[in-house]
Amino acid sequence: MRPSRRFFVGITTIAALFAVWAVLTMVTGTVSTGRFPSPLQFWESARQVLTVGYADATLFAHALHSLKLVVMGFLVAIAAGIPLGLLMGWSRRAEAFVNPVFLLIRPIPPLAWIPLAILWLGLGDAAKIMVIFFAAFVPSVINTFTGVRMIEPHIIEAARMLGTGRRRMVREVLVPAASPMIFTGLRLSLQASWTTLVAAELVGALAGLGRVLNVAQQDIYPAMVMVGMAAVGVLGWATTRLLAMIEARAMPWLPARA
Amino acid sequence: MTADARPPSAAQTVGLGAVGLALFVGIWLALTLSGIVPRQFLPTPIDVLTRTFELLAHPFAGATLPVHVLSSFERYAYGFLLAAAIGVPLGLLMGRFSWLNDIVTPVFDGLRFIAPIAWVPFAALWFGTGIGGPIMIIFSGAFPPCLINAYRGARFVDRNYIEAAQMLGTRNMRTILEVLLPASFPSIIAGLRVGAGIGWQSLVGAELIVASAGVGYMMVQGQSNISTPTVVAGMIAIGIVGLLIDVLLRRLETHVRRRRGLA
Repeated sequence: MRPSRRFFVGITTIAALFAVWAVLTMVTGTVSTGRFPSPLQFWESARQVLTVGYADATLFAHALHSLKLVVMGFLVAIAAGIPLGLLMGWSRRAEAFVNPVFLLIRPIPPLAWIPLAILWLGLGDAAKIMVIFFAAFVPSVINTFTGVRMIEPHIIEAARMLGTGRRRMVREVLVPAASPMIFTGLRLSLQASWTTLVAAELVGALAGLGRVLNVAQQDIYPAMVMVGMAAVGVLGWATTRLLAMIEARAMPWLPARA
Repeated sequence: MTADARPPSAAQTVGLGAVGLALFVGIWLALTLSGIVPRQFLPTPIDVLTRTFELLAHPFAGATLPVHVLSSFERYAYGFLLAAAIGVPLGLLMGRFSWLNDIVTPVFDGLRFIAPIAWVPFAALWFGTGIGGPIMIIFSGAFPPCLINAYRGARFVDRNYIEAAQMLGTRNMRTILEVLLPASFPSIIAGLRVGAGIGWQSLVGAELIVASAGVGYMMVQGQSNISTPTVVAGMIAIGIVGLLIDVLLRRLETHVRRRRGLA
């Protein structure tokens, strides 16, 4: 309950883990560095990929490439998903029309689209954007839909009684009232985007963090694998934080979520 | 709240759905049969069905489709059960002992943003590409929801139950097994369901990248042989198994909730 104690224990745990890691790999040699890198190797690999580069580019270029694809796939997916969710939530007829097809496609995990995407679009960026689209589309539709259905009827009735037009209804009633759920969907979409991108890049890519992981795996270079994973984690964290900041800006009437 | 003055009747719902489906299949057929899209890239629905039935009897990439599905499912079951067997008890303990929570949470938060799939190189290096590697990937996907839901379930158990148990001199172990576990059961089941879904996803990813058998492997082989119907047949098989797992656990969840008077 006391944040100070929690903070203290957290720092101690991380420090202890780091110490155990260093001792096991560098002092006693219990863990073979051929399988798990030592902190020193990690640091050296990080420096190598940052300055000289690895797998044809520096870490910055790889990270930027992955980030660009995630952002593009995510934006395209939500640009299609949120309006579809709004429409399905608003009209039961639209829901009845779209639902069977949606139910047919939904059980197929986004990662299962990867081979098809490669067949269709090759190993380049377009295939990645396609699978990210499939990954991010479904959560944004479902959550927007649920958000609209959960709006209290009297809010819409009041707006209607005051003669609100269709466009204003969507912009000033539906979207704001459904936005907490919409943002929950966006968060899930973003997570799914990263997972799918990393998988797609591991299956085959010309650049990106997944390629760093892939090449490092083939070179049996555990320290570089770890650097790649850390980069994936940091980018995932940073984009999630960014989305949370946008969320707080977009809905100033709600208490901030962690 | 919806725009419809009257909700559509059951017949209208079915009718609209049928029109939607017919449109979907119709566009697919029109694109492929007219030759706008080469059949090599997008097979007709009939091609896919024929190929699926063919795969039931004739092996591709070393096995028939059912054998691939079974070998995928075996790995999946091990990985998921391992995640549940470690995640649920650890979550309950974290809910009971806040010091344990303080220790585990920072580590967990640090690892949380690494997509399960990013573990693939290490999984292959540590446990090989046979059964061990994929199990580790499934584990890393299914573990977090199992842990989080067990923890939340245990954390939000009515304090009175725990205090009553303690007052009666119940030991910690028994408190966990006989108070926390039953009281947080609905939350645990919900976590298992989410974990099962993510685990199945992760299995597909792992098999696409490292495995030497299984549906994902079959799809990659289909992809490199430019056999699009095989790839689509694999997608369908994965979808069906995933759906079955979800339906089964959803049933279980509803059953548990109903027995608790929650639904």
